[in-house]
Amino acid sequence: MTALRVLLRDPVAALGLLIVLFAIFVAIFANWLAPYPNDAFESHLLRRLRPPSVEFPFGTDNLGRDIFSRVILGTRNALLVAVAVIAAAMLIGVPIGLFAGWREGWLSEFLMRTTDVFLAVPQLILALALGQLLAPGIGAAMVALALTYWPFFARTVFAETRRLRGSLFVDALAGLGASPLRILFLHILPNAAPAVLVRATIGMGFTILTAAILGFLGVGATPPSPDWGLAVSEARQHLPEAWWFPTFPGLAILVLVLGFNLLGDGLRDAADPKIRRSKR
Amino acid sequence: MSAPLLSIQDLSVHIRGDAGLARILDGITLSVPAGVTMGVVGESGCGKSTLLRAVLGILPNNASIPNGRLEFKGRDLVADHWASARGRIGFVPQDPYLSLNPVFRAGDQLLEIMRKHAPGSRKDHTEKLIELFRAVQLPDPEGALGKYPHQFSGGQRQRLLIAAALACEPDLLVADEPTTALDVTTQREILGLLRNLVASKGLSLLFVTHDFGVLAALCDRVTVLYAGRVVESGLTAEVLRNPKHPYTRMLLACHPDRAINLIGIPGTVPAATQQPEGCRFHPRCPIARPECARKIPLLVQLPDAHSVACPWYSDTLPEQAIA
Amino acid sequence: MARYVIRRLLMALPALFGLIILTFVLSRVIPGDPAATLAGDAATPAMIAEIRAQYGLDRPIIEQAFIHVRQVLTGDFGKSIFSGRPVAEEVIQRLPATLELTFAALFIAVLLGVPLGLLAAINHNGPIDHLVRLLSVGGLALASFWLAIMLQLLFAMELDLLPLRGRVDVALGLPPRVTGFVLLDSLIAGRMDLFVNGIQHLILPAITLSLPGLATIARFTRSGVLEVLQKDFVLYAKAVGYGRFRLATIYVLRNAVTLVVTQIGLLFGALISGAVAVEAIFDWPGLGTYSVQAIISADYKALLAVTLVVGFVYAAVNVLVDVAQAVIDPRVAEDVA
Repeated sequence: MTALRVLLRDPVAALGLLIVLFAIFVAIFANWLAPYPNDAFESHLLRRLRPPSVEFPFGTDNLGRDIFSRVILGTRNALLVAVAVIAAAMLIGVPIGLFAGWREGWLSEFLMRTTDVFLAVPQLILALALGQLLAPGIGAAMVALALTYWPFFARTVFAETRRLRGSLFVDALAGLGASPLRILFLHILPNAAPAVLVRATIGMGFTILTAAILGFLGVGATPPSPDWGLAVSEARQHLPEAWWFPTFPGLAILVLVLGFNLLGDGLRDAADPKIRRSKR
Repeated sequence: MSAPLLSIQDLSVHIRGDAGLARILDGITLSVPAGVTMGVVGESGCGKSTLLRAVLGILPNNASIPNGRLEFKGRDLVADHWASARGRIGFVPQDPYLSLNPVFRAGDQLLEIMRKHAPGSRKDHTEKLIELFRAVQLPDPEGALGKYPHQFSGGQRQRLLIAAALACEPDLLVADEPTTALDVTTQREILGLLRNLVASKGLSLLFVTHDFGVLAALCDRVTVLYAGRVVESGLTAEVLRNPKHPYTRMLLACHPDRAINLIGIPGTVPAATQQPEGCRFHPRCPIARPECARKIPLLVQLPDAHSVACPWYSDTLPEQAIA
Repeated sequence: MARYVIRRLLMALPALFGLIILTFVLSRVIPGDPAATLAGDAATPAMIAEIRAQYGLDRPIIEQAFIHVRQVLTGDFGKSIFSGRPVAEEVIQRLPATLELTFAALFIAVLLGVPLGLLAAINHNGPIDHLVRLLSVGGLALASFWLAIMLQLLFAMELDLLPLRGRVDVALGLPPRVTGFVLLDSLIAGRMDLFVNGIQHLILPAITLSLPGLATIARFTRSGVLEVLQKDFVLYAKAVGYGRFRLATIYVLRNAVTLVVTQIGLLFGALISGAVAVEAIFDWPGLGTYSVQAIISADYKALLAVTLVVGFVYAAVNVLVDVAQAVIDPRVAEDVA
C-alpha cells in the first residue's frame, strides 16, 4: 500500500494508471459505449470514408464503418491480446527463472543459455518468423509474442532468485526444514514480485505495440477484426484523402501504450527505494 | 597583527530537506592566520564537513547561508562565488578512491586544474607535477601521469591528491580526514608527509577530523564543534592538557588520544532538525543547570587565546561522568 | 585490450550457435510436412519424396541438424521459394539498405538524444527536464508504422516537401554498387545530385525510425548524468575549481556515456525491428521489405535467413558496443580479463 501511495504521488505515474484504468473500463463496456457496436463486422458501403462529424466523431472507414466505434471495440482486442501474451510469457518464464536460479547444474545452465539465444534476436523478427511459420492469424501472433517475451521474465526472476538464494532468511527456512518448493513459491517469488510486475507492465505496452505492428504487416489480426494496427494498414490505400482513417486508431495505440509505459516507469521508481530517494 | 588568511564570522548554514529545516551550522566563528595549522574536531554529524564545504563553496543545492561571513585573504567568498578561493585553497578530500574520475587519466585531471588556476604552459605544468609527485614520494613520478586512477593503490592515490592540492601553490590547504579510508600504516605515512609539506612550505592548514590523536600530531590550534556550534577553541597543547568545556573534558577523559567515541557519554547527538533550545549539549551534560535549556552560552575568553562556550567551565565534573 | 576483444568475441559464440539451432528447430516445428509445402499444391507423392531426398529431410533429425549447421556456417541458406535465387545472395544484397537506414536513425538519435538528456539533467526538475521526460516516454509509445504514415501524409502528400518513398528518384537510378550504401556509393561515383537525392529520401524513414532510439538515449543520458553528478569526484572537481562547462559536458558526460553506449547495443535490435514496418511503408529496399515479402509468399527459408543474419549483425553490434565501452572506461576491460 505504501508503494501505491508513492505511485499516486508521482503525477506522471498517476496519469499512466488513469489511462490504463480508463482503457479497462472502455474494454469492459465497449458494447454499451460504442455508438455502432455492430460495426465490428457490418459494412455500410453507402457512407464510406466520411470525414469526422457529430454523427461519426472519428469519421468512417473504407467500408463505411464508424471508426469511433471500432476504436472502442479495438480496445478490448488490444488488452486481451496483451494480457494473454504476458500471462503466457509469465507462465513460461517465471518457473524457468525460479528453477534456474535455485538449482545450479547443466539444466539451469542450458535454460539460461536458451534465454540468451532468444534475447539475441530482436523480438519482432523472431515473432514474425514464428508467426508466419505457425500460419498467420491472431492466435499464432499471440503464441509468437509469448514465445519471444518469456525470456525477459526468466531473466528477471533468475536474477532475483540467485540474489535471495544466498540470503540469511532462506538459509534459516531451509534449516527449519521448509521444502524448496515452499521456499520458492512462498518466500522468494513474493520478493521477486515487484520486479516481475514492473516487467509485466512494460511488457503490456510493448506487446500492444508489437501486436499492432504484426497486425499492420498482416501477420496478426485479420479482417474484419476492429484491430488498430490493421486499420492503419487498411487506411494506407485511402491517403491522402481520408486522413482520419489512420489517425485515430494510431492515436489509440499511442495513448494506451503511453499509459502502460508511464505506469511501468512509476512502478519501477516506487519499487526501487534508491531511485525514490534520488528523485526528490 | 594582520587580518587572518581565512576568517569565518558567525557563520550559519541551513539545509532544507524532507525532514524540515536543518540548522547544520549555527554561528560558527573561527579564523586561520597565515602559517597556522587549525584542526576542527567533532563527532560525525557535528557539522565539520559542512563547514569545510562552505569554505570550499561546494554546499549542496538545498543549503543556504542565512547569516555570517566567509572571508579569504580579505575577500568575501560568498559575494564573489568563491572565485578568489579557486586555486588558492588546495583541497585534500576524504576518500582517495572516490575523488578521481575513473574514466580519465589521473595526470589529465590534475593538469586540467592547473590549466584553470596556475600560470604557465602545459609543459611547465607537467614538469611541476612530476616534481610534486617526487615530493609526495609517489613511485615512478613520470609514469604516474599517464595512469588511470584505478591503477594506483589507496595510499598512492592520496599522495596524488596531495600533489593535486599543492599543484597551484595555494595559500591554504584544506583537508577532510584524508586518512580514514586508508590502513593504519599508510595513515601514518600520509600524515607524516602532510606535516612535513605544511612545515616546509609554511602553509596554513584547515584540518577536519574526529581523531584527537591525529589532530595533536598535526595542528597548532584546535576548534571543538558540537551539534553545529563551537564549544571550545585554543592552542592544541593547552586544550588537550586543560580542557574546559564539559563535552571536551568528557571526551578527553574517556579517550585521551583516540578517535572520538561517545560510549562514555550518555545520550546521542541530536538530529540536526531537532536541536535543543539553549546550550545544545545540555541534555547530555552532567553539570547542566535549568538555565542551560534557555540561554545560548557565549564564548568565554580565557588566557592564552583559549575560549569556551560554557559559563560553568570551572565546575568539577561528577566522578561517574569521567570514569 | 586485444585480449579483451578476443574474449568478448568468444563469449558471443555460444549464443550464435544456439541461434543456428533455434532456426533449425523453428524450421521443423512448422505444422505440416515441409517437403509438401516446398513442393507446392499440385505436387505428386513422387515429387514430394524427391524434394525430401533433395533437402535431406529423409535423414535422421540429428543428421539434419548437422547439415543445417554446416550449411549456415558455409553461408548456404537454401533457395528462395519466391524468386528461386539463393537466399544468402538476396539477403546480402539488401542488408546495406537496412544498415544505411538504421545507422542514419542511430545517428539522429545520438545527435539529438545526448544533448537533450544532458540538458534535462542539468535542469533537473525544471521545465526542460519534464519536457524531455515526457518526450522520452512518448517516443517509446509511438507505433513506428503509424508515425511513418503520418509523416508521409504531412510532409510528402500535403506539403510535398520530401519524397514519398524509395531510396532515390527512379529517374536518377542507383549509383554503381560498391558498398551498397547509396550515400557512400554516390560520393564514390562523384554524383552529388544522387547524394542529395538520397539524403532527401532518407530523412522521413530515418526520423521515424530514430524516435524510439532518441527517447531511450535521452532518457539514459539524463539518468546517467544525474547519477554521475552525485559522485564524490564531481564534488572534488568542483572544490578544486574545474571549469564549469567542462565539468558539465566532458567530465561528467564521459562517465554517463558508458551507460548510454550499452543502450545503443540493445537499441539496435529495436531499430532493426522498427525497420521492418518503416521499410515496408517507405518502399525501402532492405531486409524489412524482404521479410514482409517473404511473409506474403510464405517463404520460410528467406524468413529464417533474415532471422539469422539479423541475429549475427545484432551480436556483432553488441561486441562493438562492449569494446567501445572498454575504450571509454578502461576499468571494464580489466575487470573481465
